[in-house]
Amino acid sequence: MTADGPTPADAAAPSGAAPSAGRRPGRVANGFGRYLCKHVAGAAVSLLLVLFSSFFIFRLIAGDPIDQLTKERPVSPEERAALRAELGLDRPMWEQFWDYIIGTLTMDLGDSFQYRRPIFDLIVERLPATILLSGTGMVLAVLLGFWIGTRTGWRQGSRYDRGHVAAGLLLYSAPTFWLGMIVILVFARYLGIFPVNGMRSPSTPPQFWPQALDIAHHLVLPVLTYTAVVYAGYLMIMRSSILDEIGSDYLTTARAKGLRDDQVRDRHAVPNALLPTVTLVFLAIGGIVNGSIVTEAVFSWPGLGSLFVQAVFYPDRPVLQALFVLFSASTILAVLAAEILYWFIDPRIRKS
Amino acid sequence: MTLLEFRDVHVTYTGSRGRIPAVRGVDLTVEAGTTLGIAGESGCGKSTLAMAVLRLLPKTAEVTGEILLDGEDLLAMGWGRLRAVRWTGASIVFQGAMHSLNAVQRIGRQVAEPMLVHDKGLSAAAAAKRAEGLLERVGLPASRARSYPHELSGGQRQRVMIAMALACDPDLIIADEATTALDVMVQAQVLQLISGLVSERGVGLVMISHDLSVLSSVCDTAAVMYAGRVVEQGPAREVFAQARHPYSAALGAAFPVIGDPASRRNPGGLAGDPPDPARLPEGCSFRPRCAVAVERCGEAAPELLHIGGARSSACFVAQEGEPVVIG
Repeated sequence: MTADGPTPADAAAPSGAAPSAGRRPGRVANGFGRYLCKHVAGAAVSLLLVLFSSFFIFRLIAGDPIDQLTKERPVSPEERAALRAELGLDRPMWEQFWDYIIGTLTMDLGDSFQYRRPIFDLIVERLPATILLSGTGMVLAVLLGFWIGTRTGWRQGSRYDRGHVAAGLLLYSAPTFWLGMIVILVFARYLGIFPVNGMRSPSTPPQFWPQALDIAHHLVLPVLTYTAVVYAGYLMIMRSSILDEIGSDYLTTARAKGLRDDQVRDRHAVPNALLPTVTLVFLAIGGIVNGSIVTEAVFSWPGLGSLFVQAVFYPDRPVLQALFVLFSASTILAVLAAEILYWFIDPRIRKS
Repeated sequence: MTLLEFRDVHVTYTGSRGRIPAVRGVDLTVEAGTTLGIAGESGCGKSTLAMAVLRLLPKTAEVTGEILLDGEDLLAMGWGRLRAVRWTGASIVFQGAMHSLNAVQRIGRQVAEPMLVHDKGLSAAAAAKRAEGLLERVGLPASRARSYPHELSGGQRQRVMIAMALACDPDLIIADEATTALDVMVQAQVLQLISGLVSERGVGLVMISHDLSVLSSVCDTAAVMYAGRVVEQGPAREVFAQARHPYSAALGAAFPVIGDPASRRNPGGLAGDPPDPARLPEGCSFRPRCAVAVERCGEAAPELLHIGGARSSACFVAQEGEPVVIG
C-alpha cells in the first residue's frame, strides 16, 4: 500500500502550499459535476425507456378497451365508434404516442376509463394513504431489521441468531395476501380489537384528533402485515454487513481500550456496517410509493395499490400506464439520490 | 520493580486442524522503566503473546499459565476488572495502523474515547483537549483531531496510535510491530518518541518486532522466540551482537551490516521454513534448520538455561560452551 512519509494531503495541510490550495476546490467541483451529470443522464435514459415501454406494453396485453368498456351491454356499432372517438382511440398510433409523451411530461396524464376523471387527480387523492401505510411500514421494517440484524450478526451462530434468521425468513417467504388474511382473522375477527379493512369509520366525529386516532386504529393491521413481510430483507443485509466488520482490527482496538461488548458494537461496528446499506435504504424510500400493492388490496386501503389492482381488473389502461411510470420513476429517482449521497459519505468515490 | 511477568504461558488455538500450540511455555519479566524486545519471524507466537496480555485473543484460543501485571493475574480476573485494567494498566500500539483505527470516526474522538470510558468524571470537552495535547506530543498538529484516518499518511496514523496508547497513562505499553510499516525516517522519529517515554515516565515497554536493528537500538533486554518458545534471552546488545543460539545468529545474519560490503551483497539467509505448529519436530524444534545440531538435539527439547552473565539459551550446543555459528 501507500502509507509512509508525507502524502499530498500533508503538504496541503499546513497554511502554506498556496498553489495547490488554489487549484483544489475547482478540481473537486469539476469531479462532482461530471459524476452528477453521468448519473443524471443515466437516470434520464432509464426514465425515457420506462415511458416508451409503458405505452406499448399495456397496448399489447390489454386488448381492445372498447370491448372491455362495453361488455355485458348491447351497443350499436355507431355507439362504439362514438366512444372510440371520445377516448381518442381512433387517431393514428403515432399521434396517440406523441400526446401520451407530451402529456406525461406536462403532468397531464389523461382520464381514467373507469372513473372518467383526470388520472392526476386520482393519484393526488390516493397518494397520502399509500405514503402513510408504506412509509410507516417501511420505517418500522428498516429499524426493526437493522436492530435485529446488528444483534444476530454480532453473535453469529448463537441461538438468538438462528432463531431470528429462521423467523424472519419464514415471514419473508409467506405470501402477503395469506399473512394478511391470517392477521385479519386473528386480530379483527376473533379478538375483535382492530377494524377489518378500510382507512376510517364513517361514524367517527369530524374533528382532527378523533379522525387521526381512527386512521391510526385502521393502520395497525396493514402496517403489521407489511412490516412482517419485508423486515427480514433488512435484517439479512444488516447481518451480513456486520459480519463483514467482525474480526476487523479497529474492533480489537476498541476492545483493548476497555469498552464493553455492546459499546464496541454500537460505537464502532454499527457505523461502519451502515455505510453499505445506504443504497438499500434509498431503494426502500423509492419503494414507498409502490411498496404495498397486495397489502392495500387485502385491507381495502384506499391508496395507489388498490387503484392499481382495480385498474388491472377493469382494465383501465391509462391508469395502469400512469402508475407504471410513477412507480418506476420513484425507484429511479431514489437510486439517483443514493448515488449522489454516496459522493458525500464515501471518500473513495471522490478519489476514483 | 517487576511490572509484567509471564509465568509458563501457553496459548493453544483449537481449529479445524485440531489443537495448535502457538505459545508453548513462556517465562519473561519486564521491569518498570525498561524495555523488553521480543524478536522472531512471522508465526513464532510473538503477537499472540502480546494479545494474550489484555486477553484480546479470539475465543478459539486457550490461554494457561499466569500473566501478572503489578502482581495481579490478568488471566484470572473477572471481565469487569479486566475492562478497567485494559488501557489504564497496559495499552497496545497495534501493528498495521491502517486498519486499527475506525475509518468513520474522527481521530480526536478515538484518542479521547478511552479517557471517557475509564474516567466517568471527565467531561467530553476536557477529554478532547487532552487528546489534542497528546497529538501534539507525538508531533501532529492539534487540528488533526478533526481529521478522519484516511486523511493521514501511514506514519501519521502510527503516531495517532501511539497518542492513543498514552491516553490513560498506562504503566505498560506493548508495541506490536509498531514501526514495521514505516519508512526509515519516520521509523526513527517514532522510535525516539517511544524510548523517550520510557525514560521520561518510567513506563515499561514491550517491543515486538522482527527487525533486530530496531530492537537493539531501543531495548534493554531481548528475547528471541522460535516456534512458540523463548530460545534466547539476555541484554539486547549482547544477544544481537553475539548470539548464543543458532536461530538468533541466523536472524542477525539476515540483516546486512552497514558499512560492510561483503554482508550487504551476501546477507545470510536461513534455509527451510518455520515448523508447522501442528506438527512440531521431535526434540529441539529448530533442529531441521540448524547447522550445528548434534545427536542429542533430536532426543529432547532443550530448556532455556542460564549460560553465564545475564544470558540464557535453549541450545545444547551453547549450554556446553561451544560456538553456535560455523566458521
